[in-house]
Amino acid sequence: MTAALVRVLGDFDLAEEVVQDSLVVALEKWPEQGIPDKPGAWLMTTARRRAIDILRRDRRYRDKLALLERSPVAPDPTEADDRLRLIFTCCHPALAQEAQVALTLRAVVGFTTPEIAAAFLVSEATVAQRIVRAKRKIVDAGIPYRVPDGSELAGRLDGVLSVLYLMFNEGYLSRGDTVAMRRDLAEDALWLTRLVDTLLPDQPEVLGLLALMRLHLARSAARFDAAGEMILLPEQDRSLWDRESISEAVALLDRAGAMRRTGPYQIQAAIAALHDEAASWEKTDWHQIVMLYDALQRLADSPVVRLNRAVALSQFVGPEIALGEVNDLAIELSGYHLFHSTRAELLDRVGEPALAREARLRALELCQNPAERSLLERKLSR
Amino acid sequence: MKYVLLFGGTMESVEKLEGEAREEAMAAYAASGKWFEEYTKTGKVIGGEELQGPSTATTVSRNHGKITVTDGPFIEAKEVIGGFALIDVEDLDEALEMAKAWPGGPVEVRPIVEHRREG
Repeated sequence: MTAALVRVLGDFDLAEEVVQDSLVVALEKWPEQGIPDKPGAWLMTTARRRAIDILRRDRRYRDKLALLERSPVAPDPTEADDRLRLIFTCCHPALAQEAQVALTLRAVVGFTTPEIAAAFLVSEATVAQRIVRAKRKIVDAGIPYRVPDGSELAGRLDGVLSVLYLMFNEGYLSRGDTVAMRRDLAEDALWLTRLVDTLLPDQPEVLGLLALMRLHLARSAARFDAAGEMILLPEQDRSLWDRESISEAVALLDRAGAMRRTGPYQIQAAIAALHDEAASWEKTDWHQIVMLYDALQRLADSPVVRLNRAVALSQFVGPEIALGEVNDLAIELSGYHLFHSTRAELLDRVGEPALAREARLRALELCQNPAERSLLERKLSR
Repeated sequence: MKYVLLFGGTMESVEKLEGEAREEAMAAYAASGKWFEEYTKTGKVIGGEELQGPSTATTVSRNHGKITVTDGPFIEAKEVIGGFALIDVEDLDEALEMAKAWPGGPVEVRPIVEHRREG
């Protein structure tokens, strides 16, 4: 709805203000008068009325007022186009990535500022400032409100997908956290990715990301025990995994693969699929996984990719060689807690418990996530 | 909307380079003339100049009403501004497209302040 109004009003702040105003009105009225037959249309009408009120007071917007009064309540196809435009505007590369994330959550998903702050463990003032700055830059620097065309689309879509994946990871990794008010960021990121797939169908990397998210979420029930403690992949009870979800995700991935335009998300999804389809950690097709990491390295090389590849490698060439590869990443990944915890696991396997303990302590120092911290503490106290 | 594209790097810095790097930079320098020519033809570039190197710069600064004149540029930065173009395009995406087509070093894209006159 914000999207539809931004298009008519050409003003991000105003559109968001009136949408929030009408939501407040709805929250006051609906419990007393009951929810109207078409809540969406009701909100749109209320928001439009509110926008007209505000614009009447502001003579600079006289032309836009006329436009608003003439325009019909947005029909569905336009609404869809508007949403997509809004997503691309929020994820414009001229904005800092954290601002892209905050703005997308706020304007497209409907998060409040406190919800965004809670999800990313930053203060509300920081989030509010990020959003205000980003909106100001959109207006002042002339960031267009449109879906990029042709040659620009692929690159810009990558930017959108990395925002969605960042959102998903933030939510997925913090699951099991006891903060009750935290919204499920991972589910919201999945919803948003589905939305992008609906609005911009048949994009192999969108399907790849969708499959990747679903393959991770399919393991949700096995990721925490009854006490809320995190269980890592090797120890998970695989009978708790959502088989239906896994086969649907694999079907998505097959559809993407048939388009013959491979990309990092499709490869990561293929790796997740091999894990999800394996009978056990030991029976996983590690050789295939290492080859997929090689392919990923060719497309999007990063120290983190090499770290994950080393873990897979340790399963069929042994922990000694893998440890050597991990040690090579020491300078680049010295500030990354998973580098140290991975090293600790490998050091345990080659019979170096003292060094393993040292690495684990370093991981604990660097780790912010409560569930991961608790897991490290349990291993240290063994 | 109007933007100024600020181009990083000058001939002075090109001359400091050696061998292959220098040849590449010379080629980019030659290509930048073409960039100006083509975008001026389409009316997107409405002004611009190449600047002499920072060793030719003089800074006039004001501190509590006292004016001082000193040698050198006023910002200490790794990149020096080697030139600029004033462009008139639809939006930021179009400005970025032009900046991406620039054959030389980094480009800073800055929207200009449009002072509206009443009436």
